[in-house]
Amino acid sequence: MSTEAQTFKGVGTPATRMYGLMAIVALGWVLLGGLIFTPEDAVQGDAVRIMYVHVPTAWIAYLAFIVTGVASACWMIGRKHSLGFDRVAGASAEVGVVFMAMTLLSGSLWGRITWGTFWVWDPRLTTTAFMFVTYIGYLAVRGLGGTAQQRARRSSVIALLAVLEIPLVHFSVVMWRSLHQRATVLSPDGDIKMDGLMLFTLLFGVFGFSVLFAWLVSHRQRIMAMQDARQTSALDVAVAERLKEAQA
Amino acid sequence: MNHAGFIIAVYGITFGVIVGLAIYTIRQGRNLSRTVADKDKPWT
Amino acid sequence: MSMSVSRIARAVAAKDLRIELRSRVVSNQVLPFSGLVMIMFAFALDNDDVLQRVAGGLVWLATLFSLFILVQRTFAVETYDGALDSLRVAGVNPQGIFIGKSVALFVQLLVLELVLFVAAVVLYRVNVNGSGVVLLVTCVLCATAGLAFVGTLYGGLTAGARGRETLLPLLLLPVVAPVLICATRATESAFRSGGVTVGEGWPWVGVLAVFAAVFGLGGLLSFGSLIEE
Repeated sequence: MSTEAQTFKGVGTPATRMYGLMAIVALGWVLLGGLIFTPEDAVQGDAVRIMYVHVPTAWIAYLAFIVTGVASACWMIGRKHSLGFDRVAGASAEVGVVFMAMTLLSGSLWGRITWGTFWVWDPRLTTTAFMFVTYIGYLAVRGLGGTAQQRARRSSVIALLAVLEIPLVHFSVVMWRSLHQRATVLSPDGDIKMDGLMLFTLLFGVFGFSVLFAWLVSHRQRIMAMQDARQTSALDVAVAERLKEAQA
Repeated sequence: MNHAGFIIAVYGITFGVIVGLAIYTIRQGRNLSRTVADKDKPWT
Repeated sequence: MSMSVSRIARAVAAKDLRIELRSRVVSNQVLPFSGLVMIMFAFALDNDDVLQRVAGGLVWLATLFSLFILVQRTFAVETYDGALDSLRVAGVNPQGIFIGKSVALFVQLLVLELVLFVAAVVLYRVNVNGSGVVLLVTCVLCATAGLAFVGTLYGGLTAGARGRETLLPLLLLPVVAPVLICATRATESAFRSGGVTVGEGWPWVGVLAVFAAVFGLGGLLSFGSLIEE
């Protein structure tokens, strides 16, 4: 309940506004640089332009996965089981799943241009697809309902089991594909001799997307905090009303 | 630019999703902030 | 008085197996279903050479499809009368429950896989002999242990409340993918499909053993948290 005189307190803070601004600048550069200013690659041609977007989104997707795991571990280990960690884990997973989808999309379009197919059973690609499905499962578990602490407990276990499971999946797929011994001629982010501007655009893109990630997760985490608070206070209101009824 | 269609599509989808996500997040944040007491906002 | 983990485990396993022996849900429903799946594969693939070549993969795919039903069954018996909740509230060590249910699931899975392998020999005309049998048995034991641990773990999470059962396949399939990959390769080695030698199968069994160990340990540590409400 805020009066007219109070300033509206939203989700943004000076820190997040700074991130937001940095992200806009960096992403704007990637957009212009990637499409217009950078030259085409000697080997890949214009397909390399997709890399300026694909590599950062892939990086963010993996980073989000790690953040979810670490935050889940922090929730579990902390004595207070501070819900802030659980919310960061959830927010990171939500952002991560979006970026992972974009990574798979941009990667497959890149593959269509360079390899001629939308998909290959490359270990990294296959593991990425698995991570994507695992994220979706994690988010489904978060949506199972119950109190915030119950949600936190279930999700943190699932997240940590996923951290165990993904390396196993990756290792199995690597072993599996090594049977077929197909040489991948072009790997998505290796074997490219990049000149200065290209390299800068790529790295600036990674920086920009990282800052974007921080902005998105901060905002999502605060939104989740407010949603949790609303749920608690709704419960308090309901209890108070029942008490009043009982006393009347 | 060769394969312009694919490249524009990738950039369009990626930036479109990012902008959409940012707008959605800001709006959801604002709407929720109106209904939640300030004490529940430890970041302010 | 608190019972030791192994006593609890034995009691839970015995209870589950006794329930199965009396109700015969697995033997009368799940086994026929899995046999049907093997026949359906033959309809879909319609090529004897292909079938013989991919028999290993088909057996494990059929196992995984039946795994969902088995896991949901093993927890349905718990949630039906709130039995699991009663156990928890009584302070029974969840690790004992985890081991007990895993053992019961392991036994049921073994029976299922036996039927499926017999079906493969009969329907797809694969044959196993000599060192292949040793590889196959080891593969089956390690893979089944892994599946039993993972099934019990994620089954515990998705048991009960409305809208949760459908979550089980989504959660379980990515996790059991390594088992599918490795068990299939090891089984193909045992069958000597497509010229693969038996020796090449053993590394895959190694990964299966690691998988079982990781999720056995992980399950022991986390089962309690997952069934708490």
